[in-house]
Amino acid sequence: MSDFVIKDCALVTMATGRRAQTLRELRDVLRDVHSGCIYHHFWGSLLRPQFSDREYNNDFASWCRHSLHDMPAAERLSVIDPADHPDIETLRQELTDVIDERLDETEVMLFARADQQFNFVRSIIVVFDTHRRLSRPEDLVVALPDMSVGSIFYHFIDARRREPIGQDDFSAWLEGMGCEDDICPVLQGIEPYFESLYALRDRLSDLFSSYYGRPHNLDQVEQPSPGDRPSLSAGSREATVPATEGLGD
Amino acid sequence: MIDVTDSAYSGSLLERYAQYAGQDAIDQLQQLAGLLAGYRVVHVNSTRRGGGVAEILEKMVPLMQELGMSVTWEVIEGNDDFFACTKAFHNALQGRSLRIPDSLLRVYEEVNAGNAERLRPVLEEADVVFIHDPQPAPLLGLCPDRKGKWIWRCHIDLSHPQRSVWKYMRQYLVNYDASVFSLDAFAQPMPHPVFLIPPSIDPLSEKNMPLPPEAVREVLDEFKIDPSRPMLLQVSRFDRFKDPLGVIEAYHLAKDFVPSLQLVLAGGGAVDDPEGDAVLQEVREAAGQDPDIHVLASGHYTDRTINALQTAADIVLQKSLKEGFGLTVTEAMWKGKTVIGGNTGGIRLQLVNHRTGFLVDTPEGAAMRIRYLLFERQRIGEIGQRAQELVRQSFLITRHLREYLTLMVAITHGLEERIELE
Repeated sequence: MSDFVIKDCALVTMATGRRAQTLRELRDVLRDVHSGCIYHHFWGSLLRPQFSDREYNNDFASWCRHSLHDMPAAERLSVIDPADHPDIETLRQELTDVIDERLDETEVMLFARADQQFNFVRSIIVVFDTHRRLSRPEDLVVALPDMSVGSIFYHFIDARRREPIGQDDFSAWLEGMGCEDDICPVLQGIEPYFESLYALRDRLSDLFSSYYGRPHNLDQVEQPSPGDRPSLSAGSREATVPATEGLGD
Repeated sequence: MIDVTDSAYSGSLLERYAQYAGQDAIDQLQQLAGLLAGYRVVHVNSTRRGGGVAEILEKMVPLMQELGMSVTWEVIEGNDDFFACTKAFHNALQGRSLRIPDSLLRVYEEVNAGNAERLRPVLEEADVVFIHDPQPAPLLGLCPDRKGKWIWRCHIDLSHPQRSVWKYMRQYLVNYDASVFSLDAFAQPMPHPVFLIPPSIDPLSEKNMPLPPEAVREVLDEFKIDPSRPMLLQVSRFDRFKDPLGVIEAYHLAKDFVPSLQLVLAGGGAVDDPEGDAVLQEVREAAGQDPDIHVLASGHYTDRTINALQTAADIVLQKSLKEGFGLTVTEAMWKGKTVIGGNTGGIRLQLVNHRTGFLVDTPEGAAMRIRYLLFERQRIGEIGQRAQELVRQSFLITRHLREYLTLMVAITHGLEERIELE
């Protein structure tokens, strides 16, 4: 049985030089902007510190609300669920369709202030090995509260875009181990958009505690060995492990 | 080359930073640095003291050294005309309309050529070279046998540059391997990858370490500041973009309602800022004979003094009209202060109205927030607490270094969307 490998991650953002000042410009850029931009503007802001619940689940909707002051556009963009789309290209199509629909019904072109244009950025995700390993589902009860928000992002959010599974790592691992609990559908039903990663971590901790009981001995979580040295696997999506193997090493 | 070894930092720097950033953050740095072990890295800027760039490098360099890289920090040498030219670049690239005489441009080119003669051996052998800001930008073209990757690190706001100056400057930048800007809004399109990396503060520095109350009191006594009365503070260079005159106006507007108010303007000078004296004179004239306005000019204080003033302040102002990032905002937030900042540049990234501070566009707006906070004093503490947490999560030097190391790994190992460290 493969261990669950706890990873951590951080994003480094990159400018694309592409900007939009109107809804039409937003649509035009969205048509051919780097796919990483769409990923970043849906998910990247989750890794930024938040001091209140997110109003919208993506930066496009937030910009329409706060810079264009176009509430209908903001609301329609905010109901787009990236989980409904098998890949970024269909998500891109959905975004442009929603904006086209809004453009068709509006007679006035709203402009953002020059210093509030939408700046398209994308990100490089760097994934760290914490050298911590879990061997049993019960170990999640101990490990979750101590995970960084980067780990939560990596295992619960980033995992959903990683091929070939496209689901969170916790579910994938538990299913791969043949767990018969009904926790996986509950995990998959958790909305990751509207609360901070800290709140999401608490929610996941509570869920695992309710299924697998009180925390076990911390010693059961395998700690890193001092001799571990890093190596690089750049651009490797295969580094994320198929469901049958969990996140095994 | 500058010796950045500091006896005060004997022992592991990384262990000390773990107290603030957490051990996981240090582990991440070590994982990334494992891919860069032995790399020769050179940072080049134009001043050893004064300004945010020098402050960051003072700690960034020894941290990179401790992580196993061979790092040096070089400072280009220039004359008065050179710094007059680069100050004009600074203003023009941030949007001010002005003309730079050709004679100054020739000085800029000649000074860089002279520095290239001196620095060429170390620059051409380096694996990674960070060139900070416009002053040393031409060095890349003057090192034709360079072996490593060159990165232009821009600390200023290039969102609306004066086009003729940007056109001149851009010729020196297009051949870099990557650029780094502090914010997306500051960036200009480049023919190479453009990274977005906000700057940071150092929690271990004299300017940011916790001070005992008696040390704070000593500083207040030294400058005859009354600790029993509310105190406003702005710390920044005497630069028109920092709007010190607007701060004095806001103080006057608020003082009508809070007569006990005091204002401290602490402005440093940097050797590459020849305008500072003129602005300082204007500030002194605006302050007049008001005994509650304390203008502290360069030479009156140390970093520890600034720390004490920020610690003592009731409200910190940074009413900039243009701002690169606004590290003085970050410093005050780290000390749990509520900051009223200009609605510009990186200050926007740090201050969220009613949550981590306040953004204002006018002296009147600043005065209104001052009155509000001094009326609802418990809000000062609540907002300050959130401000401190924001800095801990996002603007400490460990995050900054992690992003530099990621950038270095990305451009030396191949730019991929995903870097997996195993």
